[in-house]
Amino acid sequence: MVVLKDNEFKKKFSFNNIVGTQYIFVALILLLCTLLFGILGAFQYVIPGLFRNIFSFEKVRPLHVSSAVFWILLSACGVVNNYLASVKGKLWSNKLYIWQWYLFIIAILTILVSYFFGIFGGREYWEFSPVLAIPIITAWIFFIINVFKSIGNFHNQPVYIWMWMTGVVFFLFTFLESYLWLIPAFRTNVVKDMTIQWKSYGSMVGGWNMLIYGSSIYLLDKISGTEKYSYSKIAFALYFLGLFNLMFNWGHHIYTLPIPKYIQYISYAVSMTELLLLGRIIYNWKTSINTAKKHYHILSYRFLVAADVWILLTLLLAIAMSIPAINIYTHGTHITVAHTMGATIGINSFLLLSFVFDIFNIHKQKTIHTITAGLYVTLAALFIFWLSLIIAGILKANWQMNHYNTIPFGVMMHTLQPYFISFLIAGIIASIGIFIIVFTLFNHNIKQKS
Amino acid sequence: MSDKIKVFVLLGLLFLFFGYSFYLYKLNYSPENSATALADKGKKLWQAKNCGACHQIYGLGGYLGPDLTNIYSTRSKEHIKAFLHTGTNIMPAFNLNDSEVSQIVAYLKSIDATGIAAPSRLKIKNDGSIER
Repeated sequence: MVVLKDNEFKKKFSFNNIVGTQYIFVALILLLCTLLFGILGAFQYVIPGLFRNIFSFEKVRPLHVSSAVFWILLSACGVVNNYLASVKGKLWSNKLYIWQWYLFIIAILTILVSYFFGIFGGREYWEFSPVLAIPIITAWIFFIINVFKSIGNFHNQPVYIWMWMTGVVFFLFTFLESYLWLIPAFRTNVVKDMTIQWKSYGSMVGGWNMLIYGSSIYLLDKISGTEKYSYSKIAFALYFLGLFNLMFNWGHHIYTLPIPKYIQYISYAVSMTELLLLGRIIYNWKTSINTAKKHYHILSYRFLVAADVWILLTLLLAIAMSIPAINIYTHGTHITVAHTMGATIGINSFLLLSFVFDIFNIHKQKTIHTITAGLYVTLAALFIFWLSLIIAGILKANWQMNHYNTIPFGVMMHTLQPYFISFLIAGIIASIGIFIIVFTLFNHNIKQKS
Repeated sequence: MSDKIKVFVLLGLLFLFFGYSFYLYKLNYSPENSATALADKGKKLWQAKNCGACHQIYGLGGYLGPDLTNIYSTRSKEHIKAFLHTGTNIMPAFNLNDSEVSQIVAYLKSIDATGIAAPSRLKIKNDGSIER
């Protein structure tokens, strides 16, 4: 482990509210778009046929999903750029950083607008016209160059640097892999196509998680005032286990496909132990920091703890879903959606927001109280939202296993209505909570600038 | 943990990952799922209209509409065509012509060849795995 002098530590973990902020502001707007399109989609579950001819579900869903993915990607890029600039003093190339941002903005705007015109990629789940992948790929290559050149070499680097380097490379590889369907040899066999598709998409999530979890370890170091975690054996064990999961645990998506059985066994065995280790690290860290440090970083701390709770909840579902005998019940039901929502909102978004509050370094008491209130509202509503999806999923699983041929799909969906209503109401309340958080943050920055 | 060990573990994992990836790319998947030219056009059309936003294939896709993996063998061809032409009170009519409708039907036929929509048709084994 490298022992830094006090002034070196301060420099490495200094506050920098310039680099990455334009990424974060656009990402926060995308987060609000995600919520808006999510609510519109939820309304279509409660009132079937709503907006059927003007804004039907095949448009609303990709708008919701792409906004969510871009919120995660753009904010993760902004945070990594920001933290990297603090760790290394500056980014290797400001030009690449700016170009990456412009390319992302062009891609995001074009993709979102294309859905309104009914132009789709049609892949499950993140989809847009393949041409629009070109600016994303280019932007990501710029990002990789900047990350690697800024870091310089592998020698004696903390674990978060390894995670950022791995995350950026794996995201690009899996993103490119998800376009193998453009080659007829991959597309024309539907089982092969779906296997490679879910291999790539499953690992892609692991790629961006590497960026987010890496940043969380950097933040843990910063709050605790020591680097012992990021050089610890447990942190590197987490990293390699996470990487192992990223590479091989995607098979649970396709257990029901006619594929060789060893694909099922490999995924089953690898499972999702990554989250368990992260939860353990955060737990260890939480008990080790003193009250003064906690209060100085109170907002980041609260969001990290919130993410910790969701790691445990999502972990329970993830482990269950990785067992084929249970997956057979959960597959194709809203339990899968509950898992995704828990992971993207409860873990990814709360972690990302904890980085955002760290970067904007808020200490005004009134602002802290308002944001904390927004967090509590979101947490309570999100739990009801998650629970509604799980209950709807259990009922659908029962239908799939016992009444598939006797009760029509439409009748089954009608019985799920009460849970769709509670999911909609909880979704609206959670959105209000997140809106309060984002609006307060924007307001704080406007006031600070003026 | 020394840098040498870290690099060694990383290279080992990368070797396994790329080996597994390229093995899967080359693997001979169920040949009965190989699409005809018509079914391939149907698949592209399925994607262009974003049918997967609402419908599932092999249990993968959206949740608003029913899983269509075995629709070809459970409903008549005419029934499927009628739905595609007129839409439903939830699904909009996509204004498909006869040729496009035939392409989608051919795609659904190719999926039906090996796909199982009802999970109750899969067997749960004692080791926790599942079997067709």
